Amino acid sequence: MLPISSEARGRMQRTVEQIEKDLLQPIFKSSVKYKIAVSLSAALVLAGASAFGYQLYNGIGVWGINSPVFWAFDITNFVFWIGISHAGTLISAILRLCNATWRRPVTRCAEAITVFSIIIGGLVPLCHVGRPWLAFWMIPYPNQRGIWPNFRSPLAWDFFAISTYLTGSTIFLFLPTVPDFAAVRDASKGLRKRIYSMLSLGWQGTPRQWQRLEVAMHIMAIVIVPVAVSVHTIVSWDFSMTLVPMWHSTIFGPYFVIGAIFSGIAALILAMALLRHFLHLEAYLTPLHFNNLGKLLLTTSLLWFYFTFAERLTTWYGNAPPEMDVFWTSIRQSFSPLFWTMVICNFVIPVPILSIKRFRTITGTAIASCAIIVGMWLERFLIIVPALDHKFLRYAWGTYRPTWVEDTLMASSFGMMALLYLLFSKAVPMISIWEMKVGLQPHGGGIITTAPATKPHGLVLEGPLPTDVPE
Amino acid sequence: MNIIYGLYANPEAAQRAVDALRAAGSHLKFDERQIVIISGEPHEGYDFADSHLTTRPYRWAVLGGCIGALSGYLLTTLSQKGYPIHTGGMPVTPLWTNGIVIYELTMLGAILTTFIVLLRGARLPSFKSTVKDPEIWLGKILVGVAEPAEAARPELEKCLLLAGATEVKLSSG
Repeated sequence: MLPISSEARGRMQRTVEQIEKDLLQPIFKSSVKYKIAVSLSAALVLAGASAFGYQLYNGIGVWGINSPVFWAFDITNFVFWIGISHAGTLISAILRLCNATWRRPVTRCAEAITVFSIIIGGLVPLCHVGRPWLAFWMIPYPNQRGIWPNFRSPLAWDFFAISTYLTGSTIFLFLPTVPDFAAVRDASKGLRKRIYSMLSLGWQGTPRQWQRLEVAMHIMAIVIVPVAVSVHTIVSWDFSMTLVPMWHSTIFGPYFVIGAIFSGIAALILAMALLRHFLHLEAYLTPLHFNNLGKLLLTTSLLWFYFTFAERLTTWYGNAPPEMDVFWTSIRQSFSPLFWTMVICNFVIPVPILSIKRFRTITGTAIASCAIIVGMWLERFLIIVPALDHKFLRYAWGTYRPTWVEDTLMASSFGMMALLYLLFSKAVPMISIWEMKVGLQPHGGGIITTAPATKPHGLVLEGPLPTDVPE
Repeated sequence: MNIIYGLYANPEAAQRAVDALRAAGSHLKFDERQIVIISGEPHEGYDFADSHLTTRPYRWAVLGGCIGALSGYLLTTLSQKGYPIHTGGMPVTPLWTNGIVIYELTMLGAILTTFIVLLRGARLPSFKSTVKDPEIWLGKILVGVAEPAEAARPELEKCLLLAGATEVKLSSG
């Protein structure tokens, strides 16, 4: 049986009133730390907007991309953010379907990451098209230009996959938020009350509404899992459907999906650690949640290493000259510092931290997650740039150096994520209030339950409470 | 809407109140549709909550998926015909690649239908004024009767209190 901290023990006795008060408080009050975090992230977004304005005025030539490297930071960011989006909806849906009751405080934090990272990921290609005001040309509709999207292109598949995933994830986030909007509505006055009245759609809380909501969430959870898997598979096909060395690989679909879940869990842990600190949710986001997510992170880290090794070994064993050029440039030559940093960040640092129970604490998992975020961004970069740098014809080899515009846009994408997340946390309870209350019901599974690996999900702890988990 | 209601601390008491109201309905001249139940969280395993169980949304989701698939098929085939290029009889967009677009639109159809069916099933959005009691958000369950006959109010109040209401209130508006 998993040990429970004294903090968690206290939380079991938490009443409905406390839950309501604690989780609504961040909406009505803002700490100084919160305001500083918003200001810093807004500054990054402003810097990105300025860089984008500069790019619009001067043209896409202000980026470092040039023949043969036409995809670099932008597509790296695109793949990275779409990968991060797998944190939320996919993990939340799987945990819902498994009826893992410990998920309750985690799901909304996760689902919000999904929606915002898809939005950011979707903005990157808009920047890359150079003339974003013509982006609507990508939408398939009869037109005078006689232009149709090329349905054979994985980029057109991306459009459909990402739009579906964004729609599904937004609905998946919105549905369980409706009762909480109603809670905020009934606790507010004036303009805020009017806004939340609209957002809550007039939710009352009748048995019929609760039943329909639960059924809808169940259906959404079933549907969203294959959609999430398809999204990153299709993103991987952007690469593997071409004949570029080291891209044309059958392993890319599952490799990208695992990488996405890996980076997504890391982002979720990091977001939860920050929320816990900034919004004072210590009683709700407990060491148990970090411990359980840490185990998932460890599993995906090992899987990531397995896929990376399988991909590299197959290439090396085949020894095809064009592929080996890319292989050696990333392992031994110009990109090797980035490659080995990636291995250290994605495997060498997280695996020992997450394997040893003593280190699988909030701080430990947050450190591992920081390393993984860096490592996974590098992984995306190393898939894209060395392969484009070293295509089949040696005379056409090139180099790529990012410019300050690309650096700024990349940094501002992180700022935008932080800003959207912080603003969201101000508008919506970051932990589902009604789901936490369900956890207090005698058969609701309790807020604290045993870890999935140690006992069947949904069982409330019985008997004396065990000793504390060190944080 | 005028509602006389009681607040119950637990779902067992709320169930007793609902049963009592159902039994009293005929002689106090109100029908079951006038019984109002509101809570701040779902309560599974109680008759008052489970009487609304239905599997229809699942079937609607499947139907939505089929409509999505059909839309995907039409989009890809019609746009293929709309391409202003001559391919000498070769397919412009082969079946496999069409399948990916059709798959995504199938899922989108199921998602959107689920959302619409939820809104319709839960009668949302609804901006009619209704009873709101802050105690609901603090774990109480509201059980009452909407638009009761004036003469039946004392009897209803007694009925609600006997079932274990912590307090009985009258809401008008």
